[in-house]
Amino acid sequence: MAEKSGADILVDTLVEQGVEVIFGYPGGAVLPIYDAIFEHPKIRHILVRHEQAATHAAEGYARATGKPGVVLVTSGPGATNAVTGITDAFMDSIPMVVITGQVPTPLIGSDAFQEADTVGITRHCCKHNYLVKDPAKLGAVMHEAFFIATHGRPGPVVVDIPKDVQVAKGNPSAEPVSSHKSYRPKTSARMEEVDAALDLIAKADAPIFYTGGGIINSGPEASASLRRIAEMTGAPVTSTLMGLGAFPATSPQWMGMLGMHGTYEANMAMNRADLVICLGARFDDRVTGRLDAFSPGSTKIHVDIDRSSINKTVAVHLPIVADVGDFLAALCARWEERALERRNLSEWWARIKGWRATECLAYPEHDELIMPQRAIENLFKATRGRNPIITTEVGQHQMWAAQHFHFDDPNKWLTSGGLGTMGYGLPAAIGAQIAFPDALVIDIAGEASIQMNIQELATATQYRLPVKIFILNNEYMGMVRQWQELTYESRYSSSYSDALPDFVKLGEAYGWTGIRIEKPDELDAGIDAMINTDGPVIVDCRVAKLANCFPMIPSGAAHTEMLLQADEVSGKMDDEAKALV
Amino acid sequence: MHIKETAPERHVLTVTVDNEAGILARIAGMFTARGYNIESLTVADVTEDHAISRITIVTNGPPHVIEQIIAQLDRLVPVHKVADLTDIGPHVQRELALVKVAGVGEHRIEALRLAEVYRASVVDATTESFIFELTGAPDKIQSFIDLMRQVGLVEVGRTGVVAIVRGKEAS
Ligand SMILES: Cc1ncc(C[n+]2csc(CCOP(=O)(O)OP(=O)(O)O)c2C)c(N)n1
Ligand SMILES: [Mg+2]
Repeated sequence: MAEKSGADILVDTLVEQGVEVIFGYPGGAVLPIYDAIFEHPKIRHILVRHEQAATHAAEGYARATGKPGVVLVTSGPGATNAVTGITDAFMDSIPMVVITGQVPTPLIGSDAFQEADTVGITRHCCKHNYLVKDPAKLGAVMHEAFFIATHGRPGPVVVDIPKDVQVAKGNPSAEPVSSHKSYRPKTSARMEEVDAALDLIAKADAPIFYTGGGIINSGPEASASLRRIAEMTGAPVTSTLMGLGAFPATSPQWMGMLGMHGTYEANMAMNRADLVICLGARFDDRVTGRLDAFSPGSTKIHVDIDRSSINKTVAVHLPIVADVGDFLAALCARWEERALERRNLSEWWARIKGWRATECLAYPEHDELIMPQRAIENLFKATRGRNPIITTEVGQHQMWAAQHFHFDDPNKWLTSGGLGTMGYGLPAAIGAQIAFPDALVIDIAGEASIQMNIQELATATQYRLPVKIFILNNEYMGMVRQWQELTYESRYSSSYSDALPDFVKLGEAYGWTGIRIEKPDELDAGIDAMINTDGPVIVDCRVAKLANCFPMIPSGAAHTEMLLQADEVSGKMDDEAKALV
Repeated sequence: MHIKETAPERHVLTVTVDNEAGILARIAGMFTARGYNIESLTVADVTEDHAISRITIVTNGPPHVIEQIIAQLDRLVPVHKVADLTDIGPHVQRELALVKVAGVGEHRIEALRLAEVYRASVVDATTESFIFELTGAPDKIQSFIDLMRQVGLVEVGRTGVVAIVRGKEAS
């Protein structure tokens, strides 16, 4: 084969990998690659306005499509700006390949202009990374990067390419395809493991499925199998924040989200269950609450593709390292082969009915003020028929969206769970909208978070993306304020959103339509106007300023110590509780 | 409020890895990033083609932390295999130390006598000093060094532990 430049080899591998879109921002150290993709017939480059946004846009694209997101940024500040999104993708297991430019090899280590030790900086916030020093190896490395990003537990892979390697020529077929032959994650469960799980399920009186983002990552078949096994067993299903949509919220077996801001019934059922079947979730501290009080009487099955997730915080009885989709398919098949009978769970359901009667998501209504929960509920109702893709920022609005917006399908809910990155929602919405130009994509935002990547308004304008931003503007970093009320006797240290811009005018300045909603009786009309306006729309929805997000399990409390309403809040905590995040 | 800690166990792990740039930083950095301890870490390539390195790590932590350490190592892309020699059973641990001792008269004679007992060999000598070379299990090396402290210890260099399972099987 003829020799090619590193940049051309790189672009060839992107085409071979089926990449259609890359999100990026140019700079000196990636100019050869930018030249190689100039007016490229197959690869579309989306120019963001900040490299962090490129990574979140790639995450949004990946989460909505199931395909890996691809990012291209320059060396030094380009790479360091991308670190937050790389870490975000690492925490939430999002497949992503990040290509960073680097100073030419002879200058590495000399503190050259725009040099940063990208491989060193990203080593522990990505699944794997490479510094490629030979163009002939670039093709192999890129293919391996895609393999690693998408196999086993998905995650971001960083490929750092010095500028001279982009320019120099090499023979792309000279190197073997993979240098890490040992990396072959186990994906299917053994038959004994499947049977052992079924034995436990078949005799449980109070089972619950606790599902997570792993089901979404595994693909739509995993969601389909989850629905089947839930139907066959009749057991209740709860999910983490990351797993919403894997199981339909319209199912009577749906319990709502669990954890810190989960439903009373989901947390109580976890606490009282005799069998917890954890599928592609990781017993995160936001889910478990106080560990020694977490589901104390249950037998626990944990299925995860990442062995290190198992027994990390909670010891389980039946650990199964497998792709949760493969496992669920096998589980359904074996259930039928063994002709197992659905157990009578009516007593369990009667108890669940009791917990549901608490109506833990109820909130006080107000004549003058828009309650944020009401805004989400009405947004949900108004968009039901359109199967929207919802992204969020981070804060109270995110939790209210998780509680009051309901999903029936996977890949429709894109949120930053593990890292909790404010500024995620708008670029993620852009990434999703690029993948699905005709879909209704809404970023449910807070007035503080939206300002963290507000510059991306321009990206949506440039690519004519009809993204909608729905800001629940409470003039506070509400989640911070809520914690200050809980823990620091309402001393609102730096949590007021002062000097807010006029979001309507700001949107208009970027070529967006701006809508302001101030009164409850304007809410539905405002929502309809947003949905029915072509092109991007930013909505500044003024909501009750001091509303708090309940139910809530305070950090370090047990599932049974849930606060259901604001009047249960004392305003003080001991040091042990203060030290928890 | 005070920070709580749980009782640690000492474990010797061997990690087989691709011999590539940055591998040591990847392994050692994972330990610091996740708050695990490293008592000692040694590395050298061990195959004919120099493609594979063997890292021996002595670490300590409560059992569930040791299990996590192994799982976290195992999930790194260039890691082929992790073996917990402490768990597997009988194994040989060896370390090499160079120990410099200075002194005259009684101390000098005592140092030489102790070195003989410990089968340390003299690799350098002046009228006022010795350098001893000693191999052995880490506790043997430690007790030799403790003794040398009393007779004029100047400086110590230790390699860190390498270890291998007894018997004919590979770990
Ligand atoms: C990048 C980043 N910085 C800080 C935080 C801490 N934090 C979590 S929620 C929050 C407030 C968010 O305010 P807003 O976007 O207005 O949302 P609200 O809680 O009011 O709905 C802050 C500062 C974070 N999650 N991410
Ligand atoms: Mg706010």
